[in-house]
Amino acid sequence: MEKTVNNKAWFMVLPVLVLVAFSAVIPLMTVVNYSVQDTFGNNQFFWAGTEWFVDLLASERFTDALVRNLIFSFSILAIQIPLGIFIALCMPRKGWGVPVCLVLMALPLLVPWNVVGTIWQVFGRADIGLLGYVLNNIGIEYNYTQDPVAAWATVIIMDVWHWTSLVVLLCYAGLVSIPEAYYQAARIDGASKWAIFRFIQLPKMHRVLLIAVLLRFMDSFMIYTEPFVVTGGGPGNSTTFLSIDLVKMALGQFDLGPAAAMSLVYFLIILVFSWVFYTVMTNVGAEKPETKGE
Amino acid sequence: MTVVSEPTQTARSTGALPKGRVIGQSKLHLDKAKRPLSERLTFLVPTLYIVFLMLPIYWLFNMSLKTNQEILSGFSLWPANPTLANYMVIFTDPSWYSGYINSITYVVLNTVISVSVALPAAYAFSRYKFLGDKHLFFWLLTNRMAPPAVFALPFFQLYSSFGLIDTHIAVALAHCLFNVPLAVWILEGFMSGVPKEIDETAYIDGYSFPKFFVKIFMPLIASGIGVAAFFCFMFSWVELLIARTLTTTDAKPIAATMTRTVSASGLDWGVLAAAGVLTIIPGALVIWFVRNYIAKGFALGRV
Repeated sequence: MEKTVNNKAWFMVLPVLVLVAFSAVIPLMTVVNYSVQDTFGNNQFFWAGTEWFVDLLASERFTDALVRNLIFSFSILAIQIPLGIFIALCMPRKGWGVPVCLVLMALPLLVPWNVVGTIWQVFGRADIGLLGYVLNNIGIEYNYTQDPVAAWATVIIMDVWHWTSLVVLLCYAGLVSIPEAYYQAARIDGASKWAIFRFIQLPKMHRVLLIAVLLRFMDSFMIYTEPFVVTGGGPGNSTTFLSIDLVKMALGQFDLGPAAAMSLVYFLIILVFSWVFYTVMTNVGAEKPETKGE
Repeated sequence: MTVVSEPTQTARSTGALPKGRVIGQSKLHLDKAKRPLSERLTFLVPTLYIVFLMLPIYWLFNMSLKTNQEILSGFSLWPANPTLANYMVIFTDPSWYSGYINSITYVVLNTVISVSVALPAAYAFSRYKFLGDKHLFFWLLTNRMAPPAVFALPFFQLYSSFGLIDTHIAVALAHCLFNVPLAVWILEGFMSGVPKEIDETAYIDGYSFPKFFVKIFMPLIASGIGVAAFFCFMFSWVELLIARTLTTTDAKPIAATMTRTVSASGLDWGVLAAAGVLTIIPGALVIWFVRNYIAKGFALGRV
């Protein structure tokens, strides 16, 4: 759509600007402020320069949490994306099955995050949870509060349970927008199922898939509530991801300087990914108009 | 794109489109003939997936209908004597039900604020070019992507200095951090689908901007407003970290009430499960209305 140049449009954006500036810019300035100062309490602050940043980047605690978070993000992507595509391909395209599938699959997305944690905390317990009880009874040692492997497995399965539907829904939205003519043409050519997937469905889905990958990456990169409720970051530090570590530092120990420095580094990483995301999203928007009718 | 158009081109290059259609149809019949097996198999995948999704929720529901003794004494797939006692505890104990009232209060406040400030902004983004529009749009997105953990402490200090700690409006304003950008993005997606000619015709017919916006434009994007409101409601409802940091007692959300019970020594699993089930219900009730837009909402209006 052709847009007219009109700088008065700024007035319409103003309320949003003021509101988000209040809830984003002021807090961020506080963080920047703390990140370069040291305090011994009593509201006395001293200039600390880049000390916290140097400490942070050299500290094992931060790099460990970062590595754990990256491993977590990539493992859930490796499971959720293929699984999501596969389920979306098998979903019915018409009839009563469609709304039923959509509603039931979307349900986990609407569960409050700490309830997701509670659900899996209960579900995995060996004494009263279905999963823990069954696993232990068929001879698999499973205790997510003691065993790091079990804790990781629980956190990953929980995230797969919670968010795979997002991938499914996005892929499904991409799939139903493929005109029937493409499939007819494929049938004429005698294309195999794999060929249809590889040359028609996958290319048509690639934009929604990009959105799905980026959204899932960003959200898993800042995951806090669910693993916090289930494992509390433990056993030991084995499931302490970046956000959990940060909250521990900022609200638990009130190490303002280090916590602020960590916040900024964390935010910078997010900013880079946001930029990638933005570029992808706006390109999607730019090539969208022809199919907007759906 | 080029890869996609290949099959159509092949069909055209054979120069036998009508004939091709016949072949296509006969193949279709063939498909129908051997459908039973393949159809049953493809049905299996979503069914199994839904079972996997529903099992943990069922387990929570199952527990919410048992007494605490029954939960701890033995393992059973369904309650022997279903009881609503756990739900009665929640509906009669103020420390439980006030949690729901608090949550709903700040969530509704937040939804109203977010959608009403986002409407004009989204219109500006979808219709006009203005100085710094792209940068602004990107900056909004970074706030949607910002980890709440980064903001928890500064929020606490900011709202303390305004004396707003433990009020509903504090949480509602804090949640605007990610909900306003979300609402702007979703609404912009819907508004861009409305042809610009409608605006122009209305102006020629003598409508003023506010009158046009309320009388003509808003009904046209009613579904978009609904979807934006739903997603604001939802993301405010599921968030815990910020809500918990900014409240102590008077505005404590139900989610925080639940974590308190988890850490207390006398774990009352039945009541906890009942509280969990009750937090799922609002989402489950309204999801039907947005089922066709849910992908679009999660993709920030870009599908």
